[in-house]
Amino acid sequence: MEKEKSTIVLFSGDLDKAIAAFIIANGAAAYDHEVTIFFTFWGLNTLRKDELVPVKKGLLEKMFGWMMPRGADKLGLSKMNFAGMGPKMIKHVMKKHNALTLPQLIELAREQGVKLVACTMTMDLLGLQQEELLDGLEYAGVAAYLGDASDAKVNLFI
Amino acid sequence: MADIIVDAKGLACPMPIVKAKKGIDALQSGQTMELHTTDKGSMSDFKAWVNQSKHELIAAREENGIFTFLVKKG
Repeated sequence: MEKEKSTIVLFSGDLDKAIAAFIIANGAAAYDHEVTIFFTFWGLNTLRKDELVPVKKGLLEKMFGWMMPRGADKLGLSKMNFAGMGPKMIKHVMKKHNALTLPQLIELAREQGVKLVACTMTMDLLGLQQEELLDGLEYAGVAAYLGDASDAKVNLFI
Repeated sequence: MADIIVDAKGLACPMPIVKAKKGIDALQSGQTMELHTTDKGSMSDFKAWVNQSKHELIAAREENGIFTFLVKKG
């Protein structure tokens, strides 16, 4: 039997939206769907390694890299961020409710075989290089995404 | 008596459904899985999940905030 497919575009780099995207992705994988998350623009920051990776960059790219959150644990909230207090509060509440953290959700998604695809065009725009992102990602553009999306019944843009 | 018992009590969405998937993957067709959860959305979640699959929901009940489901693998 051909597996059903689901895709998500994660455009946002907000913690709450990324959590929602990964919960849906993990749920779809539990439905035995083939799941693709396509990361573009600010969503790419979710995939950044949390350590500083020495790569050659121009001044503008360096500034972008410095201003954007380095990894899933550093993302801010879309509402009530309060200069970083919001994420601390929400992480505390999530722990209390036994909900998985974003890094744990990403790990679970990978364990369940969710395909994580980084958009190469926006990586260039934001000056992000493959070495700075998590290992084991796929790299592609809009055509690859549409190829997956046109076979899928559930396609979300977050 | 179920062939496998999956305890997802105290776990938040989406863990119960992920654990259920792992549990059912370990079974042969015709075998059964008993699943325990406390997530308040469980009743709707598992009815929908079983509906979308070839598995069969044999029993579903709630007692003192604990949901118990018996699923037969299709």
